[in-house]
Amino acid sequence: MSAIILPGADGSLYQRDMAWHPPAHTPGYKSTTFRAPRHSMLSLGPTKSELSGPTFGHETLGALDNDLIRNFSQDGTEAIGQRLVVYGQVLDENARAVPNTLVEFWQANAGGRYRHKKEGYLAALDPNFGGFGRAITDENGFYSFRTVKPGAYPWPNGGNDWRPAHIHFSVFGHAFAQRLITQMYFEGDPMIWQCPIVGTVPDKAGIEQLIARLDRHNTTPMDALAYRFDIVLRGRRSTMFENRLEGN
Amino acid sequence: MLHPTPILKETPSQTAGPYVHIGMTPNFAELRGVYDDPGATMLSEDTKGERIAIVGRVIDGAGAPVADAVIEIWQADAQGSFAGPAARHSNSAPSFTGWGRQAADGDGVFSFQTIKPGAVEGPDGRPQAPHVSLWIVARGINIGLQTRLYFADEAAANEGDYVLNKIMDKRRRQTLIARREEGPVPRYVLDIHLQGEKETVFFDF
Repeated sequence: MSAIILPGADGSLYQRDMAWHPPAHTPGYKSTTFRAPRHSMLSLGPTKSELSGPTFGHETLGALDNDLIRNFSQDGTEAIGQRLVVYGQVLDENARAVPNTLVEFWQANAGGRYRHKKEGYLAALDPNFGGFGRAITDENGFYSFRTVKPGAYPWPNGGNDWRPAHIHFSVFGHAFAQRLITQMYFEGDPMIWQCPIVGTVPDKAGIEQLIARLDRHNTTPMDALAYRFDIVLRGRRSTMFENRLEGN
Repeated sequence: MLHPTPILKETPSQTAGPYVHIGMTPNFAELRGVYDDPGATMLSEDTKGERIAIVGRVIDGAGAPVADAVIEIWQADAQGSFAGPAARHSNSAPSFTGWGRQAADGDGVFSFQTIKPGAVEGPDGRPQAPHVSLWIVARGINIGLQTRLYFADEAAANEGDYVLNKIMDKRRRQTLIARREEGPVPRYVLDIHLQGEKETVFFDF
């Protein structure tokens, strides 16, 4: 008996595997203590309101939006730090590319300092580094941006906790229920495994999904190293019909 | 009918951290001149429907404001249809984007200028009560919180709403219903309580 698969035939999404994500209250990350809801989330299938979502056209982006080395430059001077290309593919759980979706990113500078009025770390600001940018995925789901490698920094949690070098990511997908925020780490960094925020992710294999791989093939010679970070969003459920071809 | 299982695991969520305003509302964070804050404006002159403001505070379990939050909303237009900020590969912006993003200020207060949405069909084929989808991230929130805002002056529609009726403890339905305050632009007011006696109902849609 043959079967065909109609992508998204019922339009719905796979249920989120909440055991794969950090639980709301993670005592090792103290900020969750008063901010974690204590009731369980109410699990419902998405309705039209959650299966739809905003779309973003390429024309809304400026030429330097994905160039953190230059997009905040005050006088044409480039940002200080180890130059990187960070790129990757946005996929869904069915391993299908997610094209035309907005990816936003923000990070500390090469010394581990954020450009934020509440940031008190003593590392110096770089006048030519803002630390944020955005890209829209191409038809194959790829995004890329230029930046400098963020520094590690200490933060008030335990007595001497340090964040490993990381870049924050916000991704949309095509349904509001696919909305995701996460953080990217760098392959080989021993501090990943000592971080209470990394440690909120329950499964080691889940943490490994957050680690970008050094990609020598995409290095820009004499200029920038490349790291690849693929992102997986919730996928639409496919419905398998046996021997039925209508609607295809 | 069978549903194949997913091939890949979703990327795990991580907190947006204390400096999420840098990345998502840079101008609010005083980082100007790169691009406008996405989602700052939802309306155009041509937008049809009743102009309203949606305002509220995000409050933690100790009663403190969540000053480093970002709130996004997504909603239908006055006719109950969903649009987008721009049609793909098109330069024509729709008259209503349906999507808004605001930073919480030092008091945890957020404010959106939008329109009252029309009714959207529910999974049971009946209209859902008019509502706005909300998504909240901040330091100390490990995965973005999904909730909804309903309108107090839609009592009959709220009574029959598919999602509200899934909340077994009827008292908790009230955590999603915004009160109306009259003015030149009517305001709908709803506070988001992350924790505590008035904890907002959050959904895993």
